This record gives sequence, structure tokens and C-alpha cells, in this order.
Amino acid sequence: MTDIGPTMKRLLLTLLIFFLPASNAFAALDPALVKQLAAEESDDKIAAIQQLGTSASAEAAKVLKAMADDELLVAGEAVFLFDGERAVDAASGAAIEPAPETYESITVNNRVRSELSNALAALKLYDPDRGVRLAAATELQSNAGIGMVPVLAAALAKETDAEIRALLKQAHAQANLANPDVAARLAAVESLAESASPATRGLLLPLLEAANEPDATVREAAAQAVDAIEARLAFGEILGQVFSGLSLGSILLLAALGLAITYGVMGVINMAHGELLMVGAYATYFMQTLFRAYLPEYVDWYLLAAIPVAFLAAALVGMLLERTVIRRLYGRPLETLLATWGLSLILIQAARMLFGAQNVEVANPVWMSGGVEVMAGMVLPWNRIVIIGFTLFVLALMWVLMQKTRLGLFVRAVTQNRPMAGCVGVPTARVDTLAFGLGAGIAGLGGVALSQIANVGPDMGQGYIVDSFLVVVLGGVGQLAGAVWAALGLGVVTKFLEGWSGAVIAKIAVLVIVIVFIQKRPQGLFALKGRFVDN
Amino acid sequence: MQTRRNFLKMTVLSSLMTLSGLASVSALAADTIKVGILHSLSGTMAISETALKETALMTIEEINKAGGVMGKKLEPVVVDPASNWPLFAEKSRQLLSKDKVDVVFGCWTSVSRKSVLPVFKELNGLLFYPVQYEGEELEKNVFYTGAAPNQQAIPAVEYLMSKDGGSAKRWVLLGTDYVYPRTTNKILRAFLKSKGVAEADIMEEYTPFGHSDYQTIIAKIKKFAGEGKKTAVVSTINGDSNVPFYKELGNAGLKATDVPVVAFSVGEEELRGVDTKPLVGHLAAWNYFQSIKNPENTKFIKMYRDWAKKQKLPNADSVVTNDPMEATYIGIHMWKQAVEKAKSTDVDKVIAAMGGQTFKAPSGFVAKMDEKNHHLHKPVFIGEVKADGQFNVVWKTKGPVRAQPWSPYIPGNDKKKDVPDSK
Repeated sequence: MTDIGPTMKRLLLTLLIFFLPASNAFAALDPALVKQLAAEESDDKIAAIQQLGTSASAEAAKVLKAMADDELLVAGEAVFLFDGERAVDAASGAAIEPAPETYESITVNNRVRSELSNALAALKLYDPDRGVRLAAATELQSNAGIGMVPVLAAALAKETDAEIRALLKQAHAQANLANPDVAARLAAVESLAESASPATRGLLLPLLEAANEPDATVREAAAQAVDAIEARLAFGEILGQVFSGLSLGSILLLAALGLAITYGVMGVINMAHGELLMVGAYATYFMQTLFRAYLPEYVDWYLLAAIPVAFLAAALVGMLLERTVIRRLYGRPLETLLATWGLSLILIQAARMLFGAQNVEVANPVWMSGGVEVMAGMVLPWNRIVIIGFTLFVLALMWVLMQKTRLGLFVRAVTQNRPMAGCVGVPTARVDTLAFGLGAGIAGLGGVALSQIANVGPDMGQGYIVDSFLVVVLGGVGQLAGAVWAALGLGVVTKFLEGWSGAVIAKIAVLVIVIVFIQKRPQGLFALKGRFVDN
Repeated sequence: MQTRRNFLKMTVLSSLMTLSGLASVSALAADTIKVGILHSLSGTMAISETALKETALMTIEEINKAGGVMGKKLEPVVVDPASNWPLFAEKSRQLLSKDKVDVVFGCWTSVSRKSVLPVFKELNGLLFYPVQYEGEELEKNVFYTGAAPNQQAIPAVEYLMSKDGGSAKRWVLLGTDYVYPRTTNKILRAFLKSKGVAEADIMEEYTPFGHSDYQTIIAKIKKFAGEGKKTAVVSTINGDSNVPFYKELGNAGLKATDVPVVAFSVGEEELRGVDTKPLVGHLAAWNYFQSIKNPENTKFIKMYRDWAKKQKLPNADSVVTNDPMEATYIGIHMWKQAVEKAKSTDVDKVIAAMGGQTFKAPSGFVAKMDEKNHHLHKPVFIGEVKADGQFNVVWKTKGPVRAQPWSPYIPGNDKKKDVPDSK
């Protein structure tokens, strides 16, 4: 214990005081210290924060919290904060009458902010609520400096919950990496070897060099620890790439599924497919606007309401297109191509006139923001997880519609042999309209998903039309299963290429691969088997 | 015969109408000065450029209310080049030769500026370019009211290297794939090397315009940052790709205290479409922020808010001001002053009168047009994103900085002249 400096003695002392409940009841803060929070230099601010952080009083926590939220204010000499309507002095807690008219909040930069969050987390380590302690311990996983060692050691001694203990141990080890005592450093390095976070690896890497770490045993231990962490990280990295590939694949699939029906099954080259995605996305935006205006308390659930609305809106637009234009052009692919391209321009312009040329803002609902940390260093964003789930749902829906319903039966019958289907009483014209509507509606659902990750604007569809055709052609025209495999394959391949060569090259490489593939196998991944009547 | 006569009648009638229309336009033109506004109102850049069109219209109205320029009212001619670079050239030709405008305020991306340059040189037009850019250009027909690299990029990187900026040692240079990010990163790479940063500690990444899937890049940044040295990201991503980029950044939990991202093309306007709570602490470097407090800025913000309400802009109650808007505002006012000094809207006379013009800018400093190099002297601010989407100024220069369009970090630039080649 010879290496404990005066600051740490004070730390231990304040910790001892902390355990005496009476002492922190009305602990007014040192006014000089509070004033120092508003100092010009970040170094002075940080010194004050560290001291206040160890004072372990509720007042200090309140002042630091206010500072972190930009709510600690300065007016001339006074440092104060608002308690409801009342301005109160930050140090004494006395009301300031009258409240200052002009004031500024204390500037907090990243360096100060990270000190603040450490100090605040340290203050919360003794909270009776397990959740608060857990959050605080998680917070301390990065940036815990040597100054935190005694606080963490004391908290560790008192903590009984296994999960929080593990986190605290990590933080304690991290803080100890800078400990002048060799044994303490060695112990720290060894306990950090169990971690799998890139941050820990980052902390350990400098220790490999003699310039940073004089002791050879510690260097060796650090090298071993880094190797162990790297092995785990490499696995996580591949997992992460597969996930992002799946996520991109699911988005491609959603964009292409509708086309798999209209082009794949019905044979209509629909260049306006991207605009049907756009209709779905704008329907989502429309629902969000409605919810914000009329049901603000349920605004987080607008997305659920948007699903049927987007489906219907896109399906209606699709059926309208089929009835008015496309039906007159069946069997004339070139004219269809030109006509639907014209339709796509009309739809884009219509969106521009209705909603403006600028992108509109579609917010992620709260439950789709953020991510879940599946393993250290690998965060899976909720919006992508939800979209993968949604893709499965749409896929299931389509499978049921095509395989289990009368409409599906009719559609399959008409595409296999139109005259024969007509002969046995299938209303082929109406089936065409409904099938096209179904494809368009599925595209609308794709639009709902796209609105959550990409920008919603009049020409958003243009960016997906090429990808959609790519998926359908690659998968094999007329095949739903083919589209699924093609989309997932394209997604994963793109993501691995991106990781290796960057986004621009990856895009080119994927196109080249697909062209070569189609040259070798024009029928796509899966060729349609069976007897067909070509008209 | 009947139909042919009708047709003749119609033709005569319509040509008469066209003629009278032309006559009325030229009659109008006699007492107005035409001003071209060339900003993308659709496509990937509309997110940034639409606000500049509104600012230009607002400033023109302000000038007209105060009596116009030399007793004449300004008449704006707005065109939409739709984020389509060749269309920029086409539209600028239309503005200069068909609409006969005396000056054009416009462009955002450097690729659009490069696309209109030959037109402005050929027709001897006058362009005011309001956005920070990569430098490496000095044209007689252009006035640059945005920042050159030494007024934005270099100070931002210096700040991140400082103790307060987190003493960054490793750098990710991330951008959209076109001339501005490529050149800026070339300059920054040379600058970083001059500061002793090793080649292995710099990562450069580009994405296409309109890119919306940033998963791989964020994962790469995370990996790169986990290699033992404090890492910072310098983003020159342009346009609406910023929304998915920042969304992904927030969702992936990459916090500013761990890996700060400093952006050169993201301001208050671009952040409007994003939930900024997970982004607190990420940085931007500009010559103006809405959060700067001074009487000029208060007036500027109020003027724009009133304008937005009057024009019924989308989300008019939450409009924000940003740096290129301020640069547009300064540019139009300086052009007015120069015209009044030259007592003419003749391009060459106005160019001669521009040097040395000053204007009390909303940034709180007096912006001055350099006597020689067609760039403004501007202060530099570095701001951190706050939870409400505004910026907290954490660093600023003592006063305005003179622009260096030819960055000293690019070899061969020391021989280039600091004045445009005349004619």
C-alpha cells in the first residue's frame, strides 16, 4: 500500500464517510469546487469533477448530472441550475432571487463528458437498485482510469450480484493497467484476457511494446491475452459480416419479392416497380404524420398500422396501372418496358407534387432504435433485426397466398397455361389484375421496411429497380424460392466484398459476378421445371 | 380549308401572344436586375441545397424591401438542376444566355461547380459558391464564400489531435466518392503525415452518392479503432447518405467519447431528419453555427424563421440556419455592395469592386473578401452535437482566417499564384 498517494487517501476517506448515512444528508458542496466547474480550461473542470465525484453526495450527483445535460448554468459569478421554475445555487442549494435573465450553460466537450459519465457512474455504484448499479458498471467498461481504482475496489468488495461483479472486475482491471505496481498490472492483464471486447484489446495492445511496459512478464501476459481476445473477435467479426449480409439480403428480398410475382410469375417487365416501393414508403410517412397529429400517445406503433395501409395503397396503384395500361400490352415486352418506364416517371412526379421534392423524415420508433449487444463488441441494431423478421413474415404470407388460397391456385394455373385455365372457368383477366395487385402490395410492404433504413424521397425507387431485377433474374424467373436464395446470396457476397475492398468496388464486382453467372447459366439459380405453354 | 385557316389564325395569335409576352418581360427587365439561383431542389443533394434556395430568395426580398440595388429591384430566376451534374452546366448556360442573369448564386458539391465552370468562363458569368470545398481552384468568374481547407478541415483535425479533442492518433477518412472528399483527404493525409502519423494509422474509405447501407463501414471503423490508439473519424460524406450513416452510428452504439466523428458537410439542416440523442458529442467544423449568440445572428435566425412561416415551408416551426446559408447571405450582400461600388452590374466591374468588401456576418465577425484570392476571411468554429440537434461550440479561432485555396500540403502548390489568371 506504499503507492497510495494523497488523492487516494482522500478517496478512501470519502468512501468511508459515504457509508455513514447521516453525513451526506445536507452536504453543501464546496463553492470553490463548483465554481471551478465553470472554469475556462478543461483540465480545471476535470479536476473539479473528479473531486466532486468522490464526494459521494446526492448534491454532487445532481450538479454533475445537470452539467452532463447542459443544464448547469452560469450567469456572471453564479453557478446555478433550475429546479423546476426556481433558480438554485449549485453549491448551497439556496434559491437565487430573482432568477438571472441571461445565462449560458457550461460548455462540455467530449473529454469533460467522458469524465462526467465516469463520475456519475461511480456515484451510482452504491444505488440500492440492481438495475441502476448494472447500468453504472456497464458505463464504466470504457475509460476507467487509474483514479477509479479505489472506488471500484470498494464497490467490488460490497457487490454481491454476480453479473455486476464481473463487470466491476473488468473495470477494476482496466483501471489497474496503469498501476505502478507490477503485480497489480499483471493481475489486471490476466483478468482482462477473459474479455472479448475490441476496447480491451485496444487497451492491451500498447502494453506489448517495451516503451510502454517495462516489465517483461506483464508484456508476455498481455501478448497472450491479446491473442486470446483476437481469436474470439475474429469469430465475432465473421458473425457480424454474416448478419449484415443477411440484413442486406432481406432488404433486397423485400424489394424484389413483389417483382418476383409481377415479372417472375406473370412476365410483366415492370419498370415502375421501384415506384411501388416508394408508394409503400410514402404510405408509412403518411401514417406517421396521422399518428403524430391525432394519436400522439401511440406514435411508436404507427409502423404496425402502416403495414396494411402501405399494402393496400401500393396494391391499388398497381391494379390501376394494370387495368389502364399494362393489360393492353400483355405479350409485348418491349412496349411494356417503355410504358411502365413512363408510368414510373409519372409516379415520381406525382410524389414530388404531393409531398415535395425533398426527402421526408420517417423516424424509427423507439423500439426499433439502438441495438442489442449479442457479444462483446458486436451490436446488432434493432431496426435490422426487425426487418429480417418482417421479411420472414412477408415470405410466409406470400407462400400461404400462393399455395393455400384459391387466388394463388388461379394465378399458378393462369401462368402455366392461360387458355386451359380460361377453359375451365378461371376468370383470367381478373386473376391478372389481382395477381398484379398482390405483387404491387408486396412491393408496398418492402417500402415500409425501406423507410426505416433508407431515405424516403420521390426518386428512392430508382435505386432499387436494378437490384430487384438482379435478384429475380439471378434467382431464376418464375421462381419464388430462387429469389430468396439470390437475395441472401447477393447480400452476403456484397457485404464480404465491401469488407474487403470498399463499397464502390464491391458494387462493381457484384455486377460483374452476376453478368458472368447469367452468361453461364441464363435460366438463373433455379430453372423452372414442368410443362408450360408459351404464348 | 376550314381547319387550315383555323390553324393559321391560331399560329398568328399565339406568336402575337409570345411577342407581347416577350415585350412585357423585356419591359420588366429594364427596371430589375436578374439574379440566378442554381441549387438542386430534388435528388440526393436536395436535403442540403433547398435551404440555400430559400435563403437566397429571403435575402433578395430583404434587399428589395430596403430599396433594391441602385434603385432597381432584384428579380430571382430559380432553376432546379436536380443533383444531376451535367444538368448543372445546362441550367447555368440557360441562366446566362437565355435569362441573361447578372449573377448566379449556386452549387453545393464540387463536382457541380466543376461542371458549370467552363460555362461561366466561356460566357464570362459571375458565380457565388457558398459551400466549404477542397480548394485547388481559383477562377476569375467565381467568388468562394465557403471555407477553404485551412478554414475548416485542417483546424478540425488539429483540434482532434489536441488534448481537449481527445489526442487522436489514428484516423479514418470517410467520404462520398467524388472530387471534394478525395482532394480533402489527400490534403489531410499529407497534413497528418507532416504531424508524424504513420501510414498504417490512416484508413481511407469511400461510398457512392446516395449510399444507404453503412453496416460494413461502421464495423470496419470499430475494428480499426480497437487497435490500441485513440481513433477519430473525419467524414466528408455528402447529401442524404448522412441520415443512414448517423442512424447506423447511433444504433451500433459508437459513442463520441470513444470514437469522435467530425463532419465537414453536416450541419443543423442535415441533422433535422435524425434522432440526435445517440449522436451527442460528435463534431462538425464550420464557420458559423446557429447556436452562436450575437445580435446579427439573432436577426438572421428570426428573418429565416419568419420567411419559412410566410412561405409555408415543410416543418416551418422547426427550421434551422447553417453555415452555407450564412455564406449565401454574405455572398448576396457583398455582391450588392460591389455593384453599388462599381455602379454597374457588369461582370468585370463587379469582380474588380469585390476585393476588400466587408460585411458584418451572423457569425459575429466581420467577413472580408480578400483583395486578391476571391475567398472570404472567416472565423473557424468547432461544435459538438447536442441532444436537440444544435451544436455546442467547443473551440474557435481568435478571429477571421485568410483562405489558402492552394493548400501548402499538396506538392507543387507553393508555385501557384494567389490570384486568378485574368482572362
